[in-house]
Parts: sequence; structure tokens; C-alpha cells
Amino acid sequence: MTTESTPYVAPDQNDPAVRKGQEDRLREVWKPPSGWFFRWTDVNNNRIGVWYTLTAFGFMLFAGVLALIMRTQLAVPNNDLVTANTFNQLFTLHGSMMMFLFAVPMFEAVSIILLPQLLGARDLPFPRLSGFGYWSFLIGGVFVSGSIFFDAAPDGGWFMYPPLTTRTDLSGLGADIWMLGLSFIEVSSVAAAVELIVGVLKCRPPGMRLNLMPLYAWYILVVAVMILFAFPPLIAGDVLFEMERLLNWPFFNAEKGGDPLLWQHLFWIFGHPEVYIVFLPSIALFAMLIPTFAQRHLLGYPWIVLAAVGTAFLSFGLWVHHMFTTGLPKISLAFFAAASEAVAIPTGVQIFVFIATLWAGNVKKSTPLLYASGSLAVFVIGGLTGVMVAVAPFDWQAHDTYFIVAHLHYVLIGGTLLPLFAGLYYYWPLVTGKKLSDRLGRIAFWIMFVGMNLTFFPMHLSGLLGMPRRVFTYPEELGIGGLNLASTAGSYLFALGVLIVCIDLALSPRRPKAPRNPWNAGTLEWLALPDDEDWGIRSVPLIESRYPIWDQKNFVQKVDEGRFFLPDAEEMRRESIITTVLDARPLQVIRLGTPSVKPMMTAVALAGVFILTTYHLYLLSALSGIATLACVLWWLWTGTAEIPEKPTKHIGHGIEVPLYTSGPSAPGWWAMFITMMADATAFSGLVFGYFFFWTIHTNFPPTGAGLDGPGVFWPMVALALTLTGWAATVGAREVHRRGNVAAGRALLVVGIVTTLSSLFAGLAGPWVSGMDPELHVYPAIVWTLAIWTAVHAAIGVIMQTYTLARSLAGKMTPVYDADLRNITVYHHFLALTGIVTFCTIGLFPGVA
Amino acid sequence: MTTSKDNRKHWARDLKVTLWTLILPPTIWAVHFMFCYLWVAVTCAKSPTPGTALNGFPLATLIATIVALLGIVAAGYIARVQSQTPGDPAPHDEGTAIDRLRFLALSTRLLAGLSFVAVIFTALPVIVFGDCR
Repeated sequence: MTTESTPYVAPDQNDPAVRKGQEDRLREVWKPPSGWFFRWTDVNNNRIGVWYTLTAFGFMLFAGVLALIMRTQLAVPNNDLVTANTFNQLFTLHGSMMMFLFAVPMFEAVSIILLPQLLGARDLPFPRLSGFGYWSFLIGGVFVSGSIFFDAAPDGGWFMYPPLTTRTDLSGLGADIWMLGLSFIEVSSVAAAVELIVGVLKCRPPGMRLNLMPLYAWYILVVAVMILFAFPPLIAGDVLFEMERLLNWPFFNAEKGGDPLLWQHLFWIFGHPEVYIVFLPSIALFAMLIPTFAQRHLLGYPWIVLAAVGTAFLSFGLWVHHMFTTGLPKISLAFFAAASEAVAIPTGVQIFVFIATLWAGNVKKSTPLLYASGSLAVFVIGGLTGVMVAVAPFDWQAHDTYFIVAHLHYVLIGGTLLPLFAGLYYYWPLVTGKKLSDRLGRIAFWIMFVGMNLTFFPMHLSGLLGMPRRVFTYPEELGIGGLNLASTAGSYLFALGVLIVCIDLALSPRRPKAPRNPWNAGTLEWLALPDDEDWGIRSVPLIESRYPIWDQKNFVQKVDEGRFFLPDAEEMRRESIITTVLDARPLQVIRLGTPSVKPMMTAVALAGVFILTTYHLYLLSALSGIATLACVLWWLWTGTAEIPEKPTKHIGHGIEVPLYTSGPSAPGWWAMFITMMADATAFSGLVFGYFFFWTIHTNFPPTGAGLDGPGVFWPMVALALTLTGWAATVGAREVHRRGNVAAGRALLVVGIVTTLSSLFAGLAGPWVSGMDPELHVYPAIVWTLAIWTAVHAAIGVIMQTYTLARSLAGKMTPVYDADLRNITVYHHFLALTGIVTFCTIGLFPGVA
Repeated sequence: MTTSKDNRKHWARDLKVTLWTLILPPTIWAVHFMFCYLWVAVTCAKSPTPGTALNGFPLATLIATIVALLGIVAAGYIARVQSQTPGDPAPHDEGTAIDRLRFLALSTRLLAGLSFVAVIFTALPVIVFGDCR
């Protein structure tokens, strides 16, 4: 890899003065911004991750208080502490917040803190994207949760079933707040998923082949991929839902050919994988802490990969088990019951792996391990009732009763909350340099453990005795007063346990620093010093073992003395190493984003789009949209695909790698590819809607004034133009790569013109036919597909124009052509979207 | 220790192993699952009465199940051969090329086992149900 004209002299790492110089430069480069405002523009993962975690923890406490109010209301029969309407808001917000503002963001938050440490990277590949995700989450979360103070919180249940929620006479602003506020947060979740996938695949240290990766990273990879396929169907559902509420397009209105069940499908295609999305990262914490306290390697590493990947796949074949009582054919239910039973296999495998590791190891008792083992017991109970409700005839009896409430809380508290407390006690020294109190931790654990069981175990019985979910009170004659009082007492006990944990956290600043690596763990993240430096890792190590601190000789010392890779920041830039996916061979040194106000401004502008639309302020919302676009372009133009001052850089040990790559070896290309996978999944949700409506109607598409389809002509013209625009973009990439810049620019102009024309031709079909989307679901879904494709064409035109401008401004050359390569990926997906849309709306009516 | 049997060259060891081949067996499960579900969902949704028989479905499921199982067994067989690639000492958790191959192959093999069971699970309802009720 080394070819040079003047010999390169490596720094002498034995010289303390050299090391001091390197440390000073690294410290200067990674210095956080200061000032009362600018300190919030930081993008370093250790700071964003902590803000993210604290915010999600805060939302969890808030949602917990809502639960306490509910339990107080239900303590005795015929209670009137809160009204039925308030109670509806309480349970809707409790469920929505715990899922969207706590469980998923908490996984992302913890991963943003841990992942770079686990992978020996200085930061994640797109630090500013992490910042953008955080600010989006904060604004969206405050918007959604704050609504309860204005008596305007959503009140339709966390799954928001239409028609209750789509009819504006039955549900108020709360439904819009839910849809738009949480859609905004879903955007930040997808952003985090992109960041984490690229992080795991491309930012591992040299030598860390796939089989040496910490299991936490395996789980994160799997979960982030699940987010890509699970969240977009909900985003598609949100689009249809808001079109119905704001524009009266009847997707879920049976009178006009719609069907409320479509929402249930789209929601649960998201909603069931979601359960595993929040469970797997928590169990991933066990995969880190159990080897530490067993003081041995984890047994059955490939079995954990089997469990994670197997669960991820099977979890997408479970969604209908939430719909067992909707009257679907029994044979359909049976497929999903079968998959629901099958998923117990991989779930069980990982629990046995943990038990086996503890059994084979030399167990050190500790507070994190206490939480871990306690949560496994709770989770197994929830898992077993899950196997019960996966049996359709049992579910028909238990559906919508407190039995389900008991089941899901055992699963979520055992599978998410208590493991997170285990992680909190385990990783607190990593973040703060201080240990939490073992004594308080144990007291809190036992109080929570007893409180949790006292709250939720009686619910199995009250459910079987006939207590339905989501009721604000119950009559004395039902005979469930005692069980409910026990549940309420348990909930206060549980809250007391959480309070003790909070007190423990609050006392932490007064405690002395713990030694480095206080648990004597073997994995990379424990290289962190109690007085943390902001540079992430002193030098990026060469990895030869799954537990390098235990197994590699003088490992910590070598890292600290900068004897591995990239020990310096000679050019005063924030840098990290990009490696290959399978074998982690060094490919590139990436220059990372520095603190900037741009991610925050973009988040604020995008928040404007969602929040202003909620209040029907469409003009202001459109202005916010333009501001968002401007912020994104500014961010990209000034901060990405920068041509480096020299082509390559020495990272030590005779290895010299490029400072710029484009195409499939570059992280930016992967980010585009992954984002477009999510986008294509959302689009497939809309296409699913079209064919779903075809199945439920005997005559689809219908005919008549305002109903007649877009015909064949315009869709085919649009398709031809889309494909021409695609071919021009691909052609531009190819001729540009070969050095013909002028031809590349000319082809981009052709691409801009044809893609822009395809936008209008695509809309011309339904427009010329006079399709009225308020009349019936058919014109509504045709318009939706056409508009979706048109919006994507518009984004494609912006990308082509941006790339052309980059070329004209000298920011893109045949060697440094990441922009053009990345937008080509987008145009591949745009072409695919065009083919599916225009064949569906143009040709399918002819064969239906 | 490797035996002479382990050292024989095998065509399956020359096949490329990636993250995509890892997910091949569960992907086959997913395709089989979608095939069964969509056939039933479309037939039953399009039929005017709940008692509509799923004509041809049991045979189609049988064929699809056999094809899916053959695909999974093939993937599992290749993975099995690859997961026994000789060269490095047990327990095969080092950072070598062979151990990385063995790891991916063993994980694929385990996923093939899970997918095999899951495909059979999916096919079972056809034995019990013959119509859209």
C-alpha cells in the first residue's frame, strides 16, 4: 500500500515529547465548544449520547408518572380522580411515550455513547447526523408529551386505530399531534439507524473481523436494520392517516371504499418488530456484562448471532397476532401463530447462552448482574404468556383484557427496562468515571422486583376475570377491586425503586472517581479513562481477540502510548479509520464533522414543518420546508465530500490510506444506500395499500366521473422520462469518472430536464383524468403514489442540480466524485420507484 | 488436529461467504411465508363467501415447502462444509481468515436449522385448514 517519493519518517512513540505533542494536538482538535449557547452545538458522540440518554430517561420518568395517575384512578371501583377523557389521554401518552420517546431512543442514545468506544473509533461516521437526530428527538418529544398540559394529548390508544382517530368529529388535535410529532421522531430514528449501521460495518478498528466484533455491535447492526424495515411502513401509514384527517382522502373510511384494517396492518408491521427492536439492544447489554462478571469469554458466540438474526427475521412474520380478533381467515391466523411460536426458539437460545456462560465462568456477584438475572426471570414469565397468547383461541379470550397488559409489561420491563438499569449500573463508570452505590442499587432492585410483580401479576387474574383494557373505572360487582388495589400498591412500590435509583444518580457527583476499568472487563470500551478525554481513543488498536484487554499483551499501554494506528492529528482535523466490512482492513481516513449549529438549525426548521402542519398553518409550514431544504444544502455544501489537501495519509505501521474515497467503499455511499432502503420500504407500504384495496373490492379499479384511472399514456410517458433521467445520471457518472467533465455536466443537464419533466408527466395522468381523491379510495391511492413519485423526482432534480453546481464550483472532480456517485444510488431507487408506480397506476387496471 | 478427510478440497469451500449469504436461509423462510400468506389473503379477500375452498393451495404449498426446504438444506450443507474448513486450531475464535469463514459458515448453518423448522411451522396450517373460514 506504500508508494512514495520522499521517505516518510514515522514518529518515535518511545519519545515522551512526541507523545505529548500528539496528545496536545488531539486535545485541541477534540476540544468541545464553549459558551452558554455554543456548548449545545457539540456533536461529539460522548456528549450527544449523554444528552440523548438523559432526555429519554426524563421522558421515561414523565410517562411513569402518567402510569401512577392511572393506577391511582384504578385503585378502587368507581373512582373519579380523573375523567374518562383524561384517562384516555393518560394511557395513550403513557404507551406512546414509553415506546417512541423512551425505548427506541434509549437504545439509540446508549449506542451513540458506546459504539465508538466498543469499536475503538474516535466517533461515529456522521457526528452531525447524531446531533440532528438528538435535536429532532428533543423537540418532537417535548411537543408530543407537552400536549397533555393543554388537554390536547392523543387519546386513541398508542396504536391509534381508525376510524375513531381519523374522524375529526371523534378525535381532536391529539391525533394530529401523535401522527406528526411521532413521524418527526421516526425520522430521527431512521437517521440514527443509518449512523449505527455504517458505524458497525465500516468503522471497526483494523483486525476486528466480523467474528471478533463485540456482540453488542452485532445486536446493534441487526436492530438498526430492523428499524429500516419496520419504521417506514408506519411512516407510510402516517402519510395516509394525515391525508385522511387533513384532506379527507378516505383511505380508512369504509363508506368510500377505504378499510380501517389497512392501518392495523401497516401499524403492526411496524409494531411487532418494534417489540424486538427494544428488546434486542437491552439483551445486548447482557452480552457485554455477563462475560465480565463470569470472567470468561461468552460461550456460543455464533449462537448469539443466530438468535439476533433469526429473531429479526421471524419478528416480521408476527404482526397479525395483534389482529387475531379482526375476522381474518383462520388459516391466515395460523401462519402467524406458527411464526409466533417459532420466534420463541431464537429468543430462548440466547437466554441459555447467558446461563451457560455464567455456569462455566467464575461468577463475581455484582449489582449489574443482579439486575440482569432478575430481568431474565421477569422476561421469561412474559415470554411464556406470549406463547399462550400466540395461540389464537386463547387470544380470542384474552384479547383487550388486562391479561395482555400483564403480558406486555412483563416482556417490556423484563426485556427492556430492568436490563437498561443493569446497563446503567454497569456503564455508569464508563460515562462518569464513578461507580454507583451497590447498596442503593440492590435495595432499589429488590423494591422494583417486588413492586413490578405485585403490579402486574394480579393483572393476569383481573384480565381473566373480565377486566378490559383502557377502561377508566370498573364496577364493584366485578370482584376485581382487591386485585386492582394490589396492582396500585405495587406500582407505587416500583416507583419508589425508580426514585432510589434517581437518588443514587443524584449522589454520584459527590463520590470519588473509580479506578479505570473497575469491573476488569475485556472489551475495548473500558479503555476509557475516568477523567475522560474527548478524543475517544488515544490510538486505534489492531484487534486480535474478542476480549483484547484480557488477551492481547500490553494492550492498554500500547493504546495509551499511541503505538497503534492514527496516534496524531497532524493536520488538526477530527479523524477516524474506515475499514472493510468483512475483515476490517483499513480503507480510508475519514474527516469527521466538527461542532456546528447547522444540525440544530435543520432540526428546528424540520420541526416547523411537522408542528405547523398540526395546526393547519400550511403556508408557514411550507416556508419551514424551504428553510429545511436550505439548511440541508448549506450543511452538505460546506461540510461534506471535501477535497483533501493531500491524497493519502500515513496511519502508522507502514500503512498509508486515502483521505477520500467514493462509491461502495465510502461511508457516505453506504448511508445513501441504507437511507434509500428505508425509503423504498415506506414506498412499498403505499404500494401494499393499492393492492390491499384491490383485494377487498370486487370491482377495482372502479369507473365513473372522478373515478376513472390515469390511463396508460401519461404514466408511460412519465416512466420513459424517469428512466431517461436515470440513464443520463448513470451516464454522467461514467463519462465523468473517465475524465470527461464537460460531457458529465451535459448529461447532468439532460438528467435535470428529463427528471423534472417526469415529475409533471407523472402528475398529468390523474390530473387529466380529473380523479377526485375525496370521492373514493381509488383516486386517493393513485394520487398518493403519483405524488410520492413526483416528490422523489423533485428531490432527484435538486440532487442533480447540486452535483452540477459542485462540479462547476470545482468541489467535484473525476477523482473526487463522491457527490455524483451518491446521487446515482438515489437515482437507481428513483427509477425503481418510477417503474413500480407507473406500471401499477398505468398498466395494472388493464389486467385487474 | 485435522484428519486427511478434512483436508480434501471441496467445491463448497471456494464459494464466497458474505453477510448476504448469512441471511439466505431466513430469506428463504420469508419468501415461503409471504407466498403462503399472500395466496390465502388474496384468495379469501377476493371470494364472496367465507367457505371458499383454497383450490390448488395445498399442492402449491407442498411444492413451495419442498423447494424452500431444499434451498435451506443446500445452504446449510455448504455452510456445514465451510464451517469445517481445516487450518487453524480450535476453538476457532481467533482473528484469522479461516476462523472468520468458519464463524460466518457456522452462523449460516444455525440459521438454516432455524429456518428449516420455521418453514415446516408455516406449512402445518394447510393440513388443518382447507378454506377461508
